[in-house]
Amino acid sequence: MVELTLPKNSRVGTGKTHSKPDGATNTKTFNVYRWSPDDTENPRIDTYYVNLDDCGPMILDGLIKIKNEIDPTLTFRRSCREGICGSCAMNINGTNTLACTKGMDEVNGDINIYPLPHQPVVKDLVPDLTNFYAQYASIKPWMQTQTPPPPDRERLQSKEDREKLDGLYECILCACCSTSCPSYWWNSDRFLGPAILLQAYRWLADSRDENTGERLDNLEDPFRLYRCHTIMNCANTCPKGLNPAKAIAEIKKMMVERRG
Amino acid sequence: MGMRTPLKNVRHLGSAKEGTIHWWHQKVTAVALIPLFVIALAYVVALVGADYERVRYILGLPFTTIILLLLIGTTFYHLKLGLQVVIEDYIHVEFNKVVLLLLNNFFCAVVGLAAALATLKLAFGG
Repeated sequence: MVELTLPKNSRVGTGKTHSKPDGATNTKTFNVYRWSPDDTENPRIDTYYVNLDDCGPMILDGLIKIKNEIDPTLTFRRSCREGICGSCAMNINGTNTLACTKGMDEVNGDINIYPLPHQPVVKDLVPDLTNFYAQYASIKPWMQTQTPPPPDRERLQSKEDREKLDGLYECILCACCSTSCPSYWWNSDRFLGPAILLQAYRWLADSRDENTGERLDNLEDPFRLYRCHTIMNCANTCPKGLNPAKAIAEIKKMMVERRG
Repeated sequence: MGMRTPLKNVRHLGSAKEGTIHWWHQKVTAVALIPLFVIALAYVVALVGADYERVRYILGLPFTTIILLLLIGTTFYHLKLGLQVVIEDYIHVEFNKVVLLLLNNFFCAVVGLAAALATLKLAFGG
């Protein structure tokens, strides 16, 4: 749904500024979006100061330090801290990325952190990705074949065919790209978004999968696929350096190719 | 609504099994418009300062008429396709969307036909 202004109960106010750690001279300022479902207050921006002399280098390190030492109520997702689980995806200084792979030294000045844009917020930096995961399930992200696997070995794939999955298999479904896409903001109820379409193409491009036609049938829709207007925010924001827009273009090419 | 599964909402009414023609025609008309627009612009530049009779004569020549008719047809078809996407992107109240999509079709058809008729009148006199 197009929303040019935030609804009244979503307007972000000024929050609490926590005091600097004692004796810290080298600090970084974190301005963090806070919202709790447990009260009726509007979202607010709380300010924290992190002692850089006593903290790991990544923005996630800073957030963990804040949670451990300054404010245990700060809520965010994290797990692997090495860019492979996708849990700590958030909007950092205007760009969606992973807090664990973004260095504090990459940001000039204050670090401003919001949850991934245009998703319902569960609490603080935790977005509700239910719809995103349901969309992933809808593309049936597993190998579909009619031919049974050979009895004595796995399904084979040539080196060349395996290479076609490079740039696709690395996607960790962190949702940075989908939630950076204006088309997804306006139409996420029907548009599958860049992450899910890249995943869809990962199976379309797999030489072992035999359901390519059915997969294309499922995507051929003015909204599911064709809301992509090559805005390219997805490729710009992807913390893994992938290009979902290119994968979407490849799907469109397959759609045209099968017509004649 | 709250008791439906997320997958039920995502699958909704299923795939429309179309959209490729719309997308492809939008791309083809976009490419076609480049040379058509350049030629039409060249005519306009060449006719700067020409008197009324000369403009009528040049625009009424068969080649010019064909170019102009192609330009008009392509432009308004491209406009219809493009505006349809914009309306579908941004208008989410079903009634408003349907009304605007109808108006878009009518507007492009009527203005396009009027432009084509003007060109034909130049070609065939009257």
